[in-house]
Amino acid sequence: MSKQNNKPETKPMILFINEEREALFSKNNRALLTDPMDDNNPITVQVLGICSALAITVQLKPAIVMSLSVIAVMAASNVIISLLRDLIPNRIRIIVQLVVVASLVVLVDQILKAYAYDVSKELSIFIGLIITNCIIMGRLEAFALGNGVWKSFLDGIGNAAGYGFILIVVAFFRELLGSGKLLGYQVIPDFVYEMGYVNNGLMLLSPMALITVGLYIWVQRSRNRSLIEKN
Amino acid sequence: MDRDSNIYTFLFSAIMVIIVAATLATSATSLEEIQNENVRKEKMQNILSTIGIEVEREKAPEIYNNYIVEELALVSDGSIDKDIDAFTLKLNLEIKKPIKEQRFPLYLAQVDSLKYYIVPLRGSGLWDAIWGYIALEADKNTIKGAVFDHKAETAGLGAEITQKWFLDRFVGEKIFNDNDELVGISVSKTNNDPNGMDKDDNEVDAISGATITGDGVTNMIKERLQNYLSYFNNKNEIIAYQN
Repeated sequence: MSKQNNKPETKPMILFINEEREALFSKNNRALLTDPMDDNNPITVQVLGICSALAITVQLKPAIVMSLSVIAVMAASNVIISLLRDLIPNRIRIIVQLVVVASLVVLVDQILKAYAYDVSKELSIFIGLIITNCIIMGRLEAFALGNGVWKSFLDGIGNAAGYGFILIVVAFFRELLGSGKLLGYQVIPDFVYEMGYVNNGLMLLSPMALITVGLYIWVQRSRNRSLIEKN
Repeated sequence: MDRDSNIYTFLFSAIMVIIVAATLATSATSLEEIQNENVRKEKMQNILSTIGIEVEREKAPEIYNNYIVEELALVSDGSIDKDIDAFTLKLNLEIKKPIKEQRFPLYLAQVDSLKYYIVPLRGSGLWDAIWGYIALEADKNTIKGAVFDHKAETAGLGAEITQKWFLDRFVGEKIFNDNDELVGISVSKTNNDPNGMDKDDNEVDAISGATITGDGVTNMIKERLQNYLSYFNNKNEIIAYQN
């Protein structure tokens, strides 16, 4: 799993007050934000959250909204679990994590339906899919249970952003090559079609999302050699 | 207290469940009214858009009554059930009843001097329910416009049935064939008329990769419309329009 796995804090930390005060954006804390973007990306390195990455990358717009919702839910659930981490009984911790994520998602859904009805329609089924996103459970289990609130908050934002970044990259290529559009606007000019160019319908089907993610991993590893396994 | 003891575990889960239930119940009940209001406005917006009146959702209730002259709840034999408010009728519940017990909402609209019949639709797509509204011109045959919506169809594929380019294909199509039989509109993959020039073939071009959703639209249109035949064939229905 992740690098931050087995580093529970030795000193008790109450909310933001640490005995040895660490700067809010110290090098370690900044790494929590930036690591998941590349070296420790949840999708391309940890290979988590693939299912939703396949399902909602047909178009750019749902991918962006989904990324924002995951960032909100992940930051909030990481903070809540981190606050409760000394209270949660070990044997039912997974259930507690699920309850926290599920209630947050339902809450977000209710609020969107009331105050941002159009966004809620746009997301429809995806908002529920956030619950099943293994990245969220993975970060709660691996990080929030053993780290302070501020670090957990940064970790949540970082991982959700790393997830969202891949989503947006994949959706960009799928919408561009599959429908010739970006964010619903046609970008490939008509004369290209008149010259015989045809949209690639295959890009709209989920197998091509997997292949696009695979190509991304190829590019990423050729640029960042440290990711390549030794054996 | 020992964090691994049974009592602590039970106590923790009990308190957690109470807190979560209270939070969710409060948010659901306090937001319910605003949510229902959004749904009501959207319904008006959808009904208006089938007859070519495009309006923002917030403004829909203001002009709704300018165009919709009557809301009827029909019985399967073509008579009108005056005790029921057609607008608030829940099609998702009605559709589960036997045909004879169902009530079929019908909206009568008037734009300038032209009259339209708007039929609400409901059926099933690939993953969940699909629904919509279809407006017929005064000949009760030609489609003036259609709106579809869905609960959970696949984005980019089945979910495209809500898009304007798909809805535009229905405009001008006929629901009766040359022998005056109700055939509805078939969302067809073998339609040799991709630009929708032939308006008498009872077919529109399907969406690639959305076969089941398309079939759902086909079935929904035919299944719902056939229930209105007895009313449409009833000569007396003109009474409803005599102002």
